[in-house]
Amino acid sequence: MRNTWPVLVVLGAIAALWYLAVAPMNIRGALDQAERAGAVVAPETPKARQEVSVWRLMIDNPDHIAAGYSLDRPRLPTPVQVGEELWKSTVGMALRGRAMSKRSLIYHGWVTLQATLWGFLLGTAVGILGAVAIVHWRVMDMSLMPWAIISQTVPIVALAPMIIVVSAQIGIEGRAIPKAIISAYLCYFPVLVGMVKGLRAPTVSQIDLLKTYNASALQGFLKLRVPASLPYLFTSLKVGIAAALVGTIVGELPTGAISGLGARILIGDQFGTPLAIWAALVAAAILAGVLVTLLDLLQKITLKRMGFRQ
Amino acid sequence: MTETNPVISARNLDLVFQTNDGPVQALKDVALDIEKGDFVSFIGPSGCGKTTFLRVIAALEHPTGGTVTVNGMTPDEARRQRAYGYVFQAAGLFPWRTIARNIKLPLEIMGFSRAEQDERVERVLKLVDLDGFGEKYPWQLSGGMQQRASIARALAFDADILLMDEPFGALDEIVRDHLNEQLLALWERTGKTICFVTHSIPEAVYLSTKIVVMSPRPGRITDVIESPLPKERPLDIRDTPEFLEIAHRVREGLRAGHAYDD
Ligand SMILES: Nc1ncnc2c1ncn2[C@@H]1O[C@H](COP(=O)(O)OP(=O)(O)OP(=O)(O)O)[C@@H](O)[C@H]1O
Ligand SMILES: [Mg+2]
Repeated sequence: MRNTWPVLVVLGAIAALWYLAVAPMNIRGALDQAERAGAVVAPETPKARQEVSVWRLMIDNPDHIAAGYSLDRPRLPTPVQVGEELWKSTVGMALRGRAMSKRSLIYHGWVTLQATLWGFLLGTAVGILGAVAIVHWRVMDMSLMPWAIISQTVPIVALAPMIIVVSAQIGIEGRAIPKAIISAYLCYFPVLVGMVKGLRAPTVSQIDLLKTYNASALQGFLKLRVPASLPYLFTSLKVGIAAALVGTIVGELPTGAISGLGARILIGDQFGTPLAIWAALVAAAILAGVLVTLLDLLQKITLKRMGFRQ
Repeated sequence: MTETNPVISARNLDLVFQTNDGPVQALKDVALDIEKGDFVSFIGPSGCGKTTFLRVIAALEHPTGGTVTVNGMTPDEARRQRAYGYVFQAAGLFPWRTIARNIKLPLEIMGFSRAEQDERVERVLKLVDLDGFGEKYPWQLSGGMQQRASIARALAFDADILLMDEPFGALDEIVRDHLNEQLLALWERTGKTICFVTHSIPEAVYLSTKIVVMSPRPGRITDVIESPLPKERPLDIRDTPEFLEIAHRVREGLRAGHAYDD
């Protein structure tokens, strides 16, 4: 348990900073609300307050700072407010038997998770096949690798709407497939790079050893390259699944999407419900954390069973 | 071929590596015959081409001039017939396989049956004094034990020729003595032909029926010494006058190589 302390300290520091930041972020909202309730604030009108810095406002209206911590539509909600909103829109909905309603984050999280997993599968398959091709054929190394690198320099936010439009044009119904493609687009690259490195991990003397046995290329691949690459594979899968989630959420942002965590973020923005945005953001973070942790567990178990020293 | 039919025969062997700094002559005009059942040591300063010569025999490098035959074939053909077991300088066990499965690696590749694999693993583990360690992973073994495991791996498929590149180079004197004794016993029992690279004069003299002294730049053979020592060699044979005389001749050969070099 020596490890828990640093973790708790960092968590505490983040929460403390967050709480501190709420005061300046929400002071204008708090003053607007106080003004509507008839209190005297300085300066008196919202327009005049625009001219003054938040620090000045906090110094001049110390009594109203506290109100910033309990606004209905805060610019920056407190961690507790986010937690409450998250609870309400997940467990709260589930308790009322409405886990799969459009207002439940469980529903939206499920939509995002599905697309993420499809994208992850597709991206991993493309990444691994690409790596095998690159390692086995020199021409592939020269003809495939540059394109793989260029593909990642194209900003995904620019590409996502195009993929959606094109897939609609060729008659693909709904968002699921284009979302999975966008997700795979981000996911395949870390898998490709990691697997190229992994499949090239065997040393010259290990390869020479197989030569003295007169092993075939397939035997060398199965008995040496594949097992040698597994530690690299798991590392890149963890990066890959996080990238797949980001890709899915980006795929849910362009207008038109109504379900998924990305859509919740966008809708929350349009309707001015910051609590919903934050709850969706935290939900996405939790989802990413769970997925990476699961892969980490799988890695530990697999490598341990294979006898790799931990 | 001559009447004796050597197992390994090199004639006018040249090997030039093309490097970025220009050509490097690793072997020049090397001629050598190795008979069946010989224990041949290669000794010489670093960079004189000992490893390269072993690799040529194993068809891991190809000569740029001259000829080598192994069992009357080219090294490539001999490799296809799985004629040699190669023990590299580093044990080179696969970390994800247990010792037993490491030894099975060549057997799997060569298509031995399951039962045969198990039986052979059992046998060679005993041969190198490692019985009971089959289920351990390489990192659970000492360096000397790993080296013995890699020898067991090379023995498992019954190649007639064993090529060993400084297998005991990184081990301490005591372990080395022990492994030398075991290796001699094994050679006597199996009648294999062994090519053994070393930097140690006593090791070369103790083990060999034939000592090949090499010198660098370009790598070539300066002396071939046939050992008059009997096959039966207790460790204290190293204090006998015959032993010291051969050791002296090897040292002279090494020194001559160096003088030529300067
Ligand atoms: N793959 C290679 N490419 C270029 N030069 C090489 C290569 N392998 C060996 N050489 C060169 O050939 C020469 C002989 O090398 P080799 O490894 O056979 O020496 P060695 O006698 O085994 O030395 P050591 O006792 O240090 O192991 C050296 O000069 C080395 O630099
Ligand atoms: Mg060497």
